[in-house]
Amino acid sequence: MEYFIQQLINGLTLGSIYGLVAIGYTMVYGIIGMINFAHGDIFMLGGFAALIVFLILTSFFAGIPVALLLLLMLVVGMLMTGLWNWTIERVAYRPLRGSFRLAPLITAIGMSIVLSNFIQVTQGPRNKPIPPLVTDVFHVGGITISLKQILIVIITAVLLFAFWYIVNKTPLGRAQRATEQDRKMAALLGVDVDRTISITFIMGAALAAVAGAMYLMYYGVASFNDGFIPGVKAFTAAVLGGIGSLPGAVLGGLLIGLIESLWSAYFSIAYKDVATFAILAFVLIFKPTGILGRPEVEKV
Amino acid sequence: MTASTETGHPNVLAKAVREGVFAGVVAFLMFLLFVGIETYQDINNALVWRTRWGLLAIFVLVAAVSRFLSVGFIKPHIDRRKLAKAKSGVLEISEQKSFFHRHFLKIALVFLLVYPFLSLLIVGKQGSLKYVDNFGIQILIYVMLAWGLNIVVGLAGLLDLGYVAFYAVGAYSYALLSSYFGFSFWLLLPMSGILAALWGIILGFPVLRLRGDYLAIVTLAFGEIIRLVLINWTDVTKGTFGISGIAKASFFGIWSFDAGASNNFVKAWGLSASSVYYKVFLFYVILALCMLTAYVTIRLRRMPIGRAWEALREDEIACRSLGINTVTTKLTAFATGAMFGGFAGSFFATRQGFVSPESFVFLESAVILAIVVLGGMGSLTGIAIAAVVMVGGTEVLREMSFLKVVFGPDFTPELYRMLLFGLAMIIVMLFKPRGFVGSREPTAFLKERRAVSGSFTKEGHG
Repeated sequence: MEYFIQQLINGLTLGSIYGLVAIGYTMVYGIIGMINFAHGDIFMLGGFAALIVFLILTSFFAGIPVALLLLLMLVVGMLMTGLWNWTIERVAYRPLRGSFRLAPLITAIGMSIVLSNFIQVTQGPRNKPIPPLVTDVFHVGGITISLKQILIVIITAVLLFAFWYIVNKTPLGRAQRATEQDRKMAALLGVDVDRTISITFIMGAALAAVAGAMYLMYYGVASFNDGFIPGVKAFTAAVLGGIGSLPGAVLGGLLIGLIESLWSAYFSIAYKDVATFAILAFVLIFKPTGILGRPEVEKV
Repeated sequence: MTASTETGHPNVLAKAVREGVFAGVVAFLMFLLFVGIETYQDINNALVWRTRWGLLAIFVLVAAVSRFLSVGFIKPHIDRRKLAKAKSGVLEISEQKSFFHRHFLKIALVFLLVYPFLSLLIVGKQGSLKYVDNFGIQILIYVMLAWGLNIVVGLAGLLDLGYVAFYAVGAYSYALLSSYFGFSFWLLLPMSGILAALWGIILGFPVLRLRGDYLAIVTLAFGEIIRLVLINWTDVTKGTFGISGIAKASFFGIWSFDAGASNNFVKAWGLSASSVYYKVFLFYVILALCMLTAYVTIRLRRMPIGRAWEALREDEIACRSLGINTVTTKLTAFATGAMFGGFAGSFFATRQGFVSPESFVFLESAVILAIVVLGGMGSLTGIAIAAVVMVGGTEVLREMSFLKVVFGPDFTPELYRMLLFGLAMIIVMLFKPRGFVGSREPTAFLKERRAVSGSFTKEGHG
């Protein structure tokens, strides 16, 4: 039982990270209907931004409080990736809006290749280890919970709340939802569609950056090809939860995290990704719109 | 023409300067951390950093200047040309085609047939290894894969992101069956195709209910599952070590290319020993396989099943209401595409003599899909051109050792191969979203055959 709860906690931590990345996928998909393949690499960029900020700050201010350090890593990472995603949308996706559906998908795949290779070329192909930031560990009964796990879950929860608030309660969120439902009509009613889409990309990137920084903190290592596997899993999470649905993305992320950790704990670590993908396939076969997705009504 | 569109006009120039400065600022902020600072491990293996302001300045300058030029000069120039064209009333597509254009396919085919001998003549035996193998065979494998995927994506309109799975099935079928049972290439080639087609049906069956992007993600997932199984099922596949020493293909069982064999091709013909003969032979094998793919695709398009695929791509609901069985239609498309992937896979295995899961990563699927889309979906010629440009282009980059003179001895062009590949994908898509060949020959027509613009064909929603 204790072992099970332990795995549950590990899965929850991992799931939070996937959920944050999945939101970026699902929002972009909801608003312009494209799979932003480069999003996983935006997550990786966020991790690298956090890594570089960490290195600079620790070399200048040796005794910097960990909380401030973490905060700066997150904030700089969010700003950085927000700017990157904004530029990427402007350069590679916006000119193709209204073009046929596969064109932005191909530029997104191209962008993903460019980003990971850009980091490989500029920062080197080797894994970048950093010393552990947060080392405190709590023992409750027979269960071990590390402070970084608690931090990850709390940061995720806070961000999700902030995000939920923005999307549901602010004029910006209203514009986003309007654009998602009917872009042309929203434009006619005075919503600045281009700006709304740009902001959506920035928001998605900021969440991915937080996920990237936390991934770095959790595993203590960053690498240029970190974007692919977590990216695919987060996308899987978004599809599993029902693409286009925000609560679905979080739910899907948590599910993927739990499946992964429970499968590695009870069956085999080697096949944990196979389990994730197989469950995705099964869910989609029996419920093709995902868990919380709305069925798409097709008009002739 | 109004004065404000002319180059050099203060308004345009002022705007260009503004945009250029803005692009410079954005580039500065974007590259500040990733280019301006380099992280590396020192002697104690601890991660440290140093600054690279010079490189950062180059990045910023390039961004600013290119933005300035594009806003100030290139865009007004293009606008003027468009305006002039519209005024003169000449249509962009002219009926008059050059000799080269009209006979392009014949010229290309003849060139391909003499290509190995041409390279043998020009650069000799040792030099032509590179041209026949790295350029010829490598590009043709991608042409074949892209033509195979074209059946699924271009004709039936099903977005498949895991095509490399069938390539892997074909390659491993040949590698395993030939090393465990000693079957020959010519027996296993059709068998790998059939096995891959079988896998296409197995994987295709559950996903038929899915549409569009859901289909895409499930095919991606299947591709990854197959790769992960290949990695982890070490008893059979030897995991990441891969299978080496795969038997070479023989000359239809008459001559062998193994050095020790008694019916060795080189000895039988009294030639001096060189691996180039085998490569030339392989070149013709893959060329024949490509031709087979093209022939089957062209013939299938005229058959009821091919028309059903295209109808399915255009409108699934209309298809169903007209009595087309969408399940079998989709399954046959999946299976046919997979079969050609399997052929290509078994060829790949015999050519490399070595297979490992490394060769079947998602990136390969993405590259093949990119070739299909960049070529203009559904157009065989366009796809072939795209394969030559994209794969050949990256191969050329390997050869550019003279760049070392320009950028210093530490410069390795290979590092930039995929970076440039990705950039090329983006740039081609931005300028030609419909691919290199933007027009289609209609399968069915009334009275006269006319080329149709690519924008009239739908991409399908799975």
